[in-house]
Amino acid sequence: MTAIVDVMNMGKVYAGGHAALTDVSLQIEEGEIIALLGPNGAGKTTLISALCGIVTPSSGRATVGGHDVVAGFRKARAMIGLVPQEIALEPFEKVINTVRFSRGLFGKKRDEALIEKILRQLSLWDKRTARIRELSGGMKRRVLIAKALCHEPRVLFLDEPTAGVDVELRRDMWQVVEDLRKSGVTIILTTHYIEEAEAIADRIAVINKGRILLVEPKADLMARMGQKTLRIDLMAPLAAVPPALAAFDVTLSADGHALSYTYEAGGERTGITRLLQTLAAEGLALRDIQTTQSSLEEIFVGLIKEGAE
Amino acid sequence: MNLPAVWAIYVYEMKRFFRTLMESLLSPVISTSLYFVVFGAAIGSRIDEVEGVSYGAFIVPGLIMLSVMTQAISNASFGIYFPKFIGTIFELLSAPVNFLEIVLGYVGAAATKSLLIGIVILVTAGFFVDIQIMHPWAMLAFLLLTCISFSLFGFIIGIWAENFQQLQLIPLLVITPLIFLGGAFYSISMLPESWQTVALFNPVVYLVSGFRWSFFGMADVGVGWSLLAIAAFTGLCLGVVWWIFKTGYKIKS
Repeated sequence: MTAIVDVMNMGKVYAGGHAALTDVSLQIEEGEIIALLGPNGAGKTTLISALCGIVTPSSGRATVGGHDVVAGFRKARAMIGLVPQEIALEPFEKVINTVRFSRGLFGKKRDEALIEKILRQLSLWDKRTARIRELSGGMKRRVLIAKALCHEPRVLFLDEPTAGVDVELRRDMWQVVEDLRKSGVTIILTTHYIEEAEAIADRIAVINKGRILLVEPKADLMARMGQKTLRIDLMAPLAAVPPALAAFDVTLSADGHALSYTYEAGGERTGITRLLQTLAAEGLALRDIQTTQSSLEEIFVGLIKEGAE
Repeated sequence: MNLPAVWAIYVYEMKRFFRTLMESLLSPVISTSLYFVVFGAAIGSRIDEVEGVSYGAFIVPGLIMLSVMTQAISNASFGIYFPKFIGTIFELLSAPVNFLEIVLGYVGAAATKSLLIGIVILVTAGFFVDIQIMHPWAMLAFLLLTCISFSLFGFIIGIWAENFQQLQLIPLLVITPLIFLGGAFYSISMLPESWQTVALFNPVVYLVSGFRWSFFGMADVGVGWSLLAIAAFTGLCLGVVWWIFKTGYKIKS
């Protein structure tokens, strides 16, 4: 597959000297959902803004659909829909008018059938003649999405689509994103909710302090980086970890009823077989065994810490 | 050139004008009527004629200029300041439009609005005094150029302003005094000689004078100078707008 968005060594230093992006390179494939995951101030919004034309990159370049975002901005931007983080809408305007305006701004002919389809898809059709200020926060965000979609973009940037949105609406929004992906739109979303990246992204790029720390398919990332914990419940409590287990990274629970063993899930040797053999040799009777995998959140926090060191 | 985008901005801006049509037109009409009552009836009865023209008719071009200039500035500055203020400017910046197209849309709409207001005031004035227009084409040209150049100027103020106070600052501190001292209500020749010289440094004098010439065929300064002044002002504003476009001043980092 060819990259629909290709960012090459992009850097951005703001007027005050703050380096928001440093040597960022990223290839995004057509039809995928990629999550830019990072803490506040990591450079996620700056990266999106540089691709969409809201800030001018200080170095490096980027293409969207093969068109340079600066030199060929018309063709590049024509392919892009942007849903900003802040809800920015004219409060007194009617929903349908603001969507029509966005389409016009992209130089497209009026297409009422398409606008109806988009508004219906986003459950906004009933509200089409309502003024923006009458809508709830979640509805306003949908209006922003409708505005971004009405010129039929092939790449959609969603900047923190669910920031400040309640849990129910968040799941709604994920459904909207999923539907969009089915229609063939490439989606780049930024988030600092790991849960969100975990729920909807195909690939995850972790960004911190203006640098991309890694880009990987979500499953690989979790498999490679994920630590698993094996918890062994014992029939009879132990007073201390038996000396035979000293070679293993094993901890005993406070009540002495359970042993915990942490290992790399993707590692060549997990050490589980040897551990169980040792336990059997020690004559310990087991009540239960369970494993738990670390979440993306733990992986993420680990990465950010590493990056800071 | 993304003309549909220019049109989309233009129509969107004009819709705002028509949505508040009563407010948009009523206030200039009322203030013009007040000026006629105060200047035309109360003061005019003591002045009666300026160079052969009744005082009531004499102030009509100045009144139109006064309203057109202030309306062009306020419409254009608000038009571009508002998206900055509420954040919708992101949409303009991320659309496949260049700055020229944005300027055309906003300035075009503001110029149209102020032109309409100018015409409404002219008609209103017709109810109070007899108006003769000696050079109608020149009158229209002066009016149009003033609408465009002051809308450009307003656009620049709107880009520059960081809050509502700043939006009002230049119109209040610079433009209104210049217009009042620019011979809207009197002929420069009525001033003491030393002040006449000072007045010649006021660019608005040239605009009002040229506009009045197109009505009555008389002017404080040569009509050529008036044309030159408005051309220079338009050129200056275009230059600043071009510079904003090049540097992304206050809109793009």
